[in-house]
Amino acid sequence: MTLPPLPPNVIRVAYLVASILFVIGIKQLSSPKSARNGNLLAAVGMLLAVIATLLDRQIVSYGTIVVGVLLGGIIGTVSAKRVAMTAMPQMVALFNGSGGGAAAIVSSLEYLRFARAGFAVPPVAGVTILVGALIGAISLTGSIVAFGKLQGIVTERAVTYPLQKPINFLLFAGILAVMVWLIATGEPNPTVYAWFAGAALLFGVLFVIPIGGGDMPVVISLLNSFTGLATAATGFSLHNYVLIISGTLVGASGTLLTYLMCKAMNRPITNVLFGAFGAIKTGTGGSTAQSAAGKPVRDISVEDAATMLAYSQSVIVIPGYGLAVAQAQHNVRELADLLKARGVDVKYAIHPVAGRMPGHMNVLLAEANVPYTELYDLDQINSDFDRADVALVIGANDVVNPAARTDTSSPIYGMPILDADHAKHIIILKRSMRAGFAGIENELFYDPKTMMLFGDAKDSVTKLVNTVKTL
Amino acid sequence: MIEQLLTDLTIFILAIFVGYEVISKVPVILHTPLMSGTNAIHGIVLVGAMLVAGMPEGPFVRVLGFLAVVLGTINVVGGFLVTDRMLLMFASKTPGAPKPAGGGK
Repeated sequence: MTLPPLPPNVIRVAYLVASILFVIGIKQLSSPKSARNGNLLAAVGMLLAVIATLLDRQIVSYGTIVVGVLLGGIIGTVSAKRVAMTAMPQMVALFNGSGGGAAAIVSSLEYLRFARAGFAVPPVAGVTILVGALIGAISLTGSIVAFGKLQGIVTERAVTYPLQKPINFLLFAGILAVMVWLIATGEPNPTVYAWFAGAALLFGVLFVIPIGGGDMPVVISLLNSFTGLATAATGFSLHNYVLIISGTLVGASGTLLTYLMCKAMNRPITNVLFGAFGAIKTGTGGSTAQSAAGKPVRDISVEDAATMLAYSQSVIVIPGYGLAVAQAQHNVRELADLLKARGVDVKYAIHPVAGRMPGHMNVLLAEANVPYTELYDLDQINSDFDRADVALVIGANDVVNPAARTDTSSPIYGMPILDADHAKHIIILKRSMRAGFAGIENELFYDPKTMMLFGDAKDSVTKLVNTVKTL
Repeated sequence: MIEQLLTDLTIFILAIFVGYEVISKVPVILHTPLMSGTNAIHGIVLVGAMLVAGMPEGPFVRVLGFLAVVLGTINVVGGFLVTDRMLLMFASKTPGAPKPAGGGK
């Protein structure tokens, strides 16, 4: 099968249009009204770039490409359509890893071309190829580990072992040394290159495995920008502007997003990546109703909780990851509808890092048809807690921990939190007294105004719904 | 050679600024779709994969090129579709009435 090749300049114009569509697409993705259109525009840009590339005269064999695109398209479509909304973060991680893997392979094949032709690798080409392969490989295996952690295949806990930091540091230093050597000699050496690639893949695993499950959003965001940069690097290798522009766009925006997420948690990125944060577990989280300090915790029955909710004037729901895990978003909406029918004012307070990704909670609640206008940001809602009768905390923990305000020794000190403790009453739905992802005791549980409703979030909310109905 | 590098670098640096400016005002509510959307965009690496896979090379290169095309396509197709799914949920619930989403007031 032969297609008429396009003149190179036409292809470049097509790439330019695609790049413009990506920029406009990202721009539109930042506003709720135009977001869907923005995604569509970016997809059109992608289609345009792919079609233009197919008509590049450099391409002589279509079979591989067509079969590859069909296979990849089927896998991508099926997984994107099938994935549950709660499992989206890990799906994005996998898609990101795919892109990273593709970038690493493209860079490696460029290297191999030099080796086959027997040419020396010019330093600039050497740098871009090796950097692209390194970042792409880290993104590939790192994303797979992130997926594993979120999916529960790999332990969510931070995995630590003796000499972890020195080992990682040495491995990374070794990789850099090999890179410098390969670039300096310029002599293509596929054997050394293979070792380099293997070490880069290994480093991706070791890099993510010490990071706790709670920090995976930051990691996925960071790896997203990594893949962008790896893509830009392949653009340098292939002298392809659409690759440079799009890869860099994603690299820059991903880095900014990562920064925003860390800022929301008030933790420097270094602390997230190298702090082995989740390892500071204060205990294995037994189910006793006594804290480490021996302070008592007040239980509340479903009936009492339902009555309290039904007869309040104002309720603020604070959803957390526990809600997502239990898939309780639909039940929560049902409860809110019942309360609203009784004249209760119901609002949702969304912490920037609630859930597993920024905005994850919004997506889940939107899926359950919670009106978008009832969702409030931290800044918007915090002053309302003073007037709220009940703060209903569902599966959230660290984002309402007052220690962030007062305890300078706490790892989350300084993180902006939702002022649930300012409400007249606090009802906390929780599976057990287990500490949150950050592994920190939560003073709020021992607040005299706090009542704990233990159990699976979905079960508890369903029971609340049934009880409110009978009132 | 150096001229090419300078052109590439110019584009690279300007793209950094565009990437920064274009997303710096995103409401929190759209962070996940945005991450997912940009995730799909770096699937453009598919173009690079197609270029290397389409060259007349031996079977080893073919296999790796094929793999790169498959992975790149998964990134593109999966990325855009999953983003659309997320956004669809917002879209159906915003009949006019623009809200200062996460605007901080």
